Amino acid sequence: MNGVGAVLAKTKSEGRAALVGYLPVGFPDVQGSIDAMVAMVQAGVDIVEVGVPYTDPLMDGPVIQHAADVALKGGTRLKDVFAAVRAVADAGAPALVMTYWNPVLRYGVDRFADDLAKAGGAGLITPDLIPDEGAEWIAAAERNDLDRVFLVAPSSTPERLRSTTLACRGFVYAASTMGVTGARTTVGDAAEVLVTRTRLMTDTPICVGLGVSTGAQAGQVAAFADGVIVGSALVRCLTDAASREDGLAAIRKLSAELAAGVRAGR
Amino acid sequence: MTDHPSSTGGGTRPGRFGSYGGRYVPEALVAALEQLDEARLKANIDPAFQGELERLHRTYTGRPSIITEVPKFAQHAGGARILLKREDLNHTGSHKLNNVLGQALLTKRMGKTRIIAETGAGQHGVASATAAALMGLECVVYMGTKDTQRQALNVARMRLLGAEVIPVSHGSATLKDAINEAMRDWVTNVETTHYVIGTVTGPHPFPEMVRDFQRIIGVEARAQVLDLVGRLPDVVCACVGGGSNAMGIFHRFIDDESVRLIGLEAGGEGVDTDKHAARFSTGLPGVLHGAFTYVLQDEDGQTLESHSVSAGLDYPSVGPEHSFLRDTGRAEYRPITDTQAMDAFALLCKTEGIIPAIESAHALAGALEIGREIGPEGVILVNLSGRGDKDVDTAARWFGVLEDGLHPDGLHPDGLEQQ
Repeated sequence: MNGVGAVLAKTKSEGRAALVGYLPVGFPDVQGSIDAMVAMVQAGVDIVEVGVPYTDPLMDGPVIQHAADVALKGGTRLKDVFAAVRAVADAGAPALVMTYWNPVLRYGVDRFADDLAKAGGAGLITPDLIPDEGAEWIAAAERNDLDRVFLVAPSSTPERLRSTTLACRGFVYAASTMGVTGARTTVGDAAEVLVTRTRLMTDTPICVGLGVSTGAQAGQVAAFADGVIVGSALVRCLTDAASREDGLAAIRKLSAELAAGVRAGR
Repeated sequence: MTDHPSSTGGGTRPGRFGSYGGRYVPEALVAALEQLDEARLKANIDPAFQGELERLHRTYTGRPSIITEVPKFAQHAGGARILLKREDLNHTGSHKLNNVLGQALLTKRMGKTRIIAETGAGQHGVASATAAALMGLECVVYMGTKDTQRQALNVARMRLLGAEVIPVSHGSATLKDAINEAMRDWVTNVETTHYVIGTVTGPHPFPEMVRDFQRIIGVEARAQVLDLVGRLPDVVCACVGGGSNAMGIFHRFIDDESVRLIGLEAGGEGVDTDKHAARFSTGLPGVLHGAFTYVLQDEDGQTLESHSVSAGLDYPSVGPEHSFLRDTGRAEYRPITDTQAMDAFALLCKTEGIIPAIESAHALAGALEIGREIGPEGVILVNLSGRGDKDVDTAARWFGVLEDGLHPDGLHPDGLEQQ
């Protein structure tokens, strides 16, 4: 079976949370982003979120907005996303593509699912597609044995937690706080409350994202979640780097710190 | 209500107009959208709510707005009779207040204390700031920096009314980016905040709700035209950015099959250039800002930048009900270039003593074109959605009516050149 299920079963059997790392394709350029994703895997990231840069990323804070801007101005195309997926899979980690919905819609939902499966991808995370609107995607994912990760939020009602988790395969993405992506100094109680509420509804693993940036925070979240998702903090390693080598070194260092964090959490 | 709007807008399920519309949003917003839907459906049938809104329309906005026949302007349209629905005479200078007052009342009903809004030309921002001042709500308006420059007077107006105006400089720095930023604010502060979307797009229930608050335009105008002319108009014209003034005037006429509904989009420098906002000429169905509808996009589904001399029409997407009306053929949509719009703007000023908003001038240019097609027996109703005070600076530059070095509002000496 494709997907992230095997990795999450393995991390669970090791008594730890999985580390999920996000980077957008095309930042600082296509090859640079692929190198960074591979470096992340080598340094201990279990699952990679391969981000599709999009002109209107309304769930993202300034760090990822900037990266998407650079990627698009640099001419990044959807075909580059499939290349990144292939590279991550070859490096030994499942690749989940994180994308706003319109690029998939324009490409063709079935065609996207086919090409993602062909590239060795694990599935999709869809921040602006709720299962209510996702019938076409869910059918295409079924056909291609792909994961579909939908989000739950602190504002989700019990009914929506139930229906959303029912539609998920792979894991459930718990958005820890109300807000957009970006590192935060504290990960509030809301995350743990949400995970507890979500567990009442599903046996599917639950990974927590939005705001985690340090090994210590990863450890806190790992205490109650099946996986810890880190995005902006990793992107910032590349944003702040003076050179390509410095960027990759920073990615390796943070990935290792986070990987230690998810192992120290329990 | 005798002619209560349908709740499905002709679609097969709630929130859909045919295949258009829907709710493409982060899960975090769904609870707020459900709450809003419940509140507005209750308000639709609540006499107390309707009574309060009606009282505000009468005593604050200045409704009903009049219709004005413009015979000298019409001489340039092949002699067809042209009637203007004067939304420009509303308090705050446009149709935008119709919607904002409704949503502000709903905000209070939902127990929220803060509203946020996006604005392009500034008309919706000014209306939002006005309603917030009236009802004691905190108000934050997001506006692209390209628009804060070309509509500086409206920025000042909003600030005088007590609103905070936050310039948005990323992306294309226009309306679409202001909406992105407002969405980010909303998802963060949704507990206390209502997002007053200014047009008939966004996730369900916004397209339906905003249309319902704007349809008073068509309800009034239909009766006024019958009263004045003794029959229905042959054509109803309106400019279409997001499309709220157009849905507002179209909706009551949808069942009048003899009435042609024509929306005028911003053709910018021409639909054969890459500088326009003619979604129905070169756009394709896709998702933007929570709705499935026509979007200017490239082959990877990335949103393309739009262009128009009018900030209010400078938007790469359009309300989903317009997409439905277009595909079913019930409404037609045509592009009007910047030059055509500015010519119509000047003509109305000089022949009738009315300075229209440049957005509305697109509808006027459409009426000139259509009048020549349908001949002197025709009757055309045009929605004059806003007044042109905010555009005097742009128009003065366009026509070069001031001596060098003079600037009409003194707020931005470099004006258009800064774009």
